[in-house]
Amino acid sequence: MEKIITVKNMCHNYIAHDGNQVKALDNINLSIYKGEFVAIIGTNGSGKSTLAKHLNALLMPSSGQCLVNDLDTSDPANVWDVRQVVGMVFQNPDNQIVATVVEEDVAFGPENLGIEPQKINQRVSEALKVVGMEEYRYHSPHLLSGGQKQRVAIAGVLAMQSECLVLDEPTAMLDPHGRKEVLGTVRLLHREKKITVVYITHFMEEAVMADRVVVMNRGKVVMEGRPEEIFSQVMELKELGLDVPVAAEMAYRLRQHDIDVPEGIITDEELVVTVCP
Amino acid sequence: MSIILSDITYVYMKKTPYEKIAIKNINIEIKQGEFVGIIGHTGSGKSTLLQHFNGLLQPTTGTVSVDGQDLNVKGAAAQTAKRRVGMVFQYPEHQLFEETVYDDIAFGPRNIDIGEEEVAVRVKKAMDFVGLDYNEFAKRTPFQLSGGQMRRVAIAGVIALEPTYLILDEPSAGLDPRGRDEIFGQIIKMHQQTGITVVLVSHNMEDVARMANRLIVMNNGQVSLDGSPTDIFSECQTQLKEAGVDVPPLTLLMDKFNQRGLAVDHTVVAMDTATESVLAALGRR
Repeated sequence: MEKIITVKNMCHNYIAHDGNQVKALDNINLSIYKGEFVAIIGTNGSGKSTLAKHLNALLMPSSGQCLVNDLDTSDPANVWDVRQVVGMVFQNPDNQIVATVVEEDVAFGPENLGIEPQKINQRVSEALKVVGMEEYRYHSPHLLSGGQKQRVAIAGVLAMQSECLVLDEPTAMLDPHGRKEVLGTVRLLHREKKITVVYITHFMEEAVMADRVVVMNRGKVVMEGRPEEIFSQVMELKELGLDVPVAAEMAYRLRQHDIDVPEGIITDEELVVTVCP
Repeated sequence: MSIILSDITYVYMKKTPYEKIAIKNINIEIKQGEFVGIIGHTGSGKSTLLQHFNGLLQPTTGTVSVDGQDLNVKGAAAQTAKRRVGMVFQYPEHQLFEETVYDDIAFGPRNIDIGEEEVAVRVKKAMDFVGLDYNEFAKRTPFQLSGGQMRRVAIAGVIALEPTYLILDEPSAGLDPRGRDEIFGQIIKMHQQTGITVVLVSHNMEDVARMANRLIVMNNGQVSLDGSPTDIFSECQTQLKEAGVDVPPLTLLMDKFNQRGLAVDHTVVAMDTATESVLAALGRR
């Protein structure tokens, strides 16, 4: 498979309030392949967001490299190309809406790329259609719900025709309904538009949907694998301060009582069928 | 002693084309010592309801009283009554503003003319309650703490006012599982040790099910369910779906076991008891 992002021996250091140097990222090696859906989990302060911000050149590595389509993000000449390829969606829906009308907000990115107005119009229509927000095209963004705002933000990235979408806890501030809306939209883009997705989350039920899960702790990648592999390691994850889906935990506990539940069971359906054949 | 909302209706932008009834005909009594969870989807009226508890909003019709004092009358008595109700808003860390953790927590008590000596005592006590070490954190700026620590500073600021009733709006939003467990652990501890009344608004059904001894479900500006979490999660799933709230993932899993013909107890809300129930049903215990 073709790589879209390659992170090589990447570190990011900063000086904390007490004058000590903090290693926010400590020698990260990670590849993201085209068309993949990668979930990144880890506690607050594990370096997830710092890593995400390197992927579209919002932060530069202190040492090591971050390559996006073979472009080095630390070369200032590459910054605009990198950001065209990798679009970001942040946690707070209110911090990323810039315009007073939904369509203008979605058009902001392509306008900055200097695209012809007619084409922008077309891109905005398409992007809003994909995220299911066409009927709000002429609405004022501040009156939308949190989930709708996040979908507008995602449409903004789509209108840039980015190949890769990096979402940093996009559902943390949303209610269960908004969470479903956003996750549904992201999965649709991944499936239908073949967009590469890097999805940071605290919700393990969301991470279960990914092709690959990356677990971070203290600035390092400590685990990496398919969701079945990762979430079967119940004790290891708990020690890192993370949760596992209820089915995975129940499977683990039943195994402790000598009930024959194979490793790798992480969904309710699989567990129920295994326990009651 | 209790907070009594009687027949409360609140209308936003009254007499304009945007007039909207946010909550209507609400009758709730929050008794001292209770741990009440309020759930409901966005727009169900939870936040509007909350803001009535300490008089931030005055009902369009109906009355709110705290320990027998009507909040809607002018005067010192109503002011004092309002102060018994401490309110922790969503993302309270966004409201931190002082230079040190100490000053931020001391802001509330100082504002109600409490002497510096007593303020110091209260700040220490409040930090202790939320699990922040005084020597380590008091002199630090609140802005370089982790999300969970900042939130604890903000909660401590409310605790320092020594309220009888503590209202928390989504205290765990945006925290990782460990941060969430820590915050909830502190709240439970506080409830047990001081008998403080807690009203907790949350989207996280698991947390509510685990902690609250009473659950109020809001839908369309009205109270649609009011009872114990176990009863509500196990008996009223249809109403919960109508109200747009999810049942806890564990309840869903237990239901699936039942549907598959394994007779487990689907009213359990904790992983320990759920595992035991599954083992018992399998004849292994």
